[in-house]
Amino acid sequence: MSTVLLPDVRDVTRDDASLRRFLHGLPGVDQVGADARAAALATRSIKTTAKAWAIDTAISMVDLTTLEGADTPGKVRSLCAKAVRPDPGSDAPPVAAVCVYPDLVETAVTALRGSSVGVASVATAFPSGRASLATKLHDVRDAVAAGATEIDMVIDRGAFLAGKYLQVFDEIVATKAECGTAHLKVILETGELVTLDNVRRASWLALLAGGDFIKTSTGKVNPAARPPVALVMLEAARDYLTATGELRGVKLAGGIRTAKEAVRYLVMVNEVAGDEWLDPKLFRFGASSLLNDLLQQRHKLATGAYDGPDYVTVD
Amino acid sequence: MDKFVYAPAPESRDIARLKPSYQIFVDGQFRDGAGEAVKTINPADESPLAEVAEAGPSDVQDAVRAARRAFGPWSTLPARERGKYLFRIARAIQERGRELAVLESLDNGKPIRESRDVDVPTAAAHFFYYAGWADKLGYAGFGPDPKPVGVAGQIIPWNFPLLMAAWKIAPALACGNTVVLKPAETTPLTALVLAEIIAEADLPPGVVNVLAGGPAIGEAIVDRAATGEIDKIAFTGSTEVGKIIQRRLAGTSARLSLELGGKAANIVFDDAPLDQAVEGIVNGIFFNQGQVCCAGSRLLVQESVADELVASLQRRLGTLRVGDPLDKNTDVGAINSAAQLAKIRELADSGVAEGATRWSPPCELPERGYWFVPTVFTDVSQAHRIAREEIFGPVLSVLTFRTPDEAIAKANNTPYGLSAGVWTEKGSRILSMASRLRAGVVWANTFNRFDPTSPFGGYKESGFGREGGRHGLEAYLDV
Repeated sequence: MSTVLLPDVRDVTRDDASLRRFLHGLPGVDQVGADARAAALATRSIKTTAKAWAIDTAISMVDLTTLEGADTPGKVRSLCAKAVRPDPGSDAPPVAAVCVYPDLVETAVTALRGSSVGVASVATAFPSGRASLATKLHDVRDAVAAGATEIDMVIDRGAFLAGKYLQVFDEIVATKAECGTAHLKVILETGELVTLDNVRRASWLALLAGGDFIKTSTGKVNPAARPPVALVMLEAARDYLTATGELRGVKLAGGIRTAKEAVRYLVMVNEVAGDEWLDPKLFRFGASSLLNDLLQQRHKLATGAYDGPDYVTVD
Repeated sequence: MDKFVYAPAPESRDIARLKPSYQIFVDGQFRDGAGEAVKTINPADESPLAEVAEAGPSDVQDAVRAARRAFGPWSTLPARERGKYLFRIARAIQERGRELAVLESLDNGKPIRESRDVDVPTAAAHFFYYAGWADKLGYAGFGPDPKPVGVAGQIIPWNFPLLMAAWKIAPALACGNTVVLKPAETTPLTALVLAEIIAEADLPPGVVNVLAGGPAIGEAIVDRAATGEIDKIAFTGSTEVGKIIQRRLAGTSARLSLELGGKAANIVFDDAPLDQAVEGIVNGIFFNQGQVCCAGSRLLVQESVADELVASLQRRLGTLRVGDPLDKNTDVGAINSAAQLAKIRELADSGVAEGATRWSPPCELPERGYWFVPTVFTDVSQAHRIAREEIFGPVLSVLTFRTPDEAIAKANNTPYGLSAGVWTEKGSRILSMASRLRAGVVWANTFNRFDPTSPFGGYKESGFGREGGRHGLEAYLDV
């Protein structure tokens, strides 16, 4: 799918009927074929120099995340230290951002001052999104005021599944307006959208509404990021570029724990979207335990042997 | 400049356990054939791989006699015992899977990804499947106690050397026949290793005989069928040779099944899942370098989405990795022989001469070996040779249609009828197209999928008889 006829964002989003017509007019996704393509890409063999490059690139794309009820300033500060210097004493790059709840943004901003690491905050009544629009926007304002450089919002999956596409669209537009200079990542929660046709439609909806990134999941719902879902979202970003000339990013979050999976996703980015996306500005992994596996694989490549979990820091 | 450069990831050549020389297998013994010792070469770099002591006419005679002697005891063995042998062969193929995959890629030129993930597992699956049928033939719909045919002469091509051997041998043995198999001259090695597996499985001598050799040996096998010493010929190969065999056996009592050429239409409607259709087109024509009788060599695309689809296809072809067949990241390997490469070049040149537009992705080919860059022709019409003749190479011809009727008319307008593909999200259209396409296999929203449970075979000049599934038993039963 390359030349989606996109007359003008204002035309296709003029009213509910126009938006529905556009989204339902996108080519379908054959699930069996998408699964097969994702599985075939996973057989690429990435070794030696290619693996070293991929591991460092993956590290630089991590949004190091803690989203627990038990999060404390101490926990966040310790995570920030890890984000800046993931592997003390080595030349491992810093991660892309730290991702926290809005009330801990200030702590993270202070801890990361002077570093290249961004502060991302989930907002809009994360993870369920079940609150009034006013409450969700207030949540966003709080996070932005505290200094978040990236906002990870959730879409209203209930409205999407009920076919109220314009409502979902308007909420994303309103959220984007509250973000100011902060980048907006739109979480589709693909585990609740279930079908790949829905994933494609929600991706386009979020891109049309101005999302800087489309993101798979909150991490609170199973399944989270899966290869066929990533495939369809990368195709959407690629096709959006073809249709509009604008580059938008993709973030995979939830369930990615091993370097092997991360490298496979980078292969998918490379071969499906293209190598423009092999950049933390356009591709991210939302993860926590992934970083330590990447670091252990990094040690293995450097020394030829696994040194074990006690040789990476637990924060 | 590419950011993400995949480092070479070659599978080790040592895994193939390549021997300096290979022998033919007759009456349970490996021996030097009475014919010439021929070097088989690696098409990826033209280096010699091994010497094969090819069969001569006396070997054909010995093999046919051995198969005849073995037929009585083998066909009267309790069926579940025959099944046990087949299960044993299937397991041994799996156990030696890596060896067979590397050997196949060396001898044939196909990427290790395909020999490892398709050829070898599907060959094992075929033996497993027919092993299960051996003691259930009475329930296959051919009467309560169907009898085997006798001695089968089987002649197979070079495009899937091991897999075609499995397609031929497994159903024949399950039904109680004995076999004289001739692999193709350019790709004898995996069939000879399969003979080793068969010997190690303790199959009674003469039940399977493998004769490496050229066309003269194939001809000698067919001659034995004409005289009644062989009861059935199963041939997979070109339509040209298929016609010669059929003429030779006309008026004789020998049975014949032929699986010949094709010029399959892969039909993409405007409501197709386009990203998956692009994958299906790629798999349809670039799988095994397009050296597939059922390759989707004619892309019929609805004119309203043609530009979009071709643009997507071209972008996708830019990511195909052509090169060393043993590299695990290679998508497209070498052409099997110099003769085949010359044929592909000649037909591709005719496409240009006849006015079609030729396109290939930028791609560096190795200096030595037989290579052809993946090629797409647009502005092709039904009158062009590249739309009518089987190229048997990585060359796709793109044609357009306006209505389903026109798609059917163009798809069926070929002397062949082996396979076809239909891409649409509309289930009713799939069913209606499938019933109107004159092709033995119709794939819906996929292409080039093979499974031992599914019958495979052609219409018209693509041959007759079915291989695979319950239908595949019929070719080896006296019904």
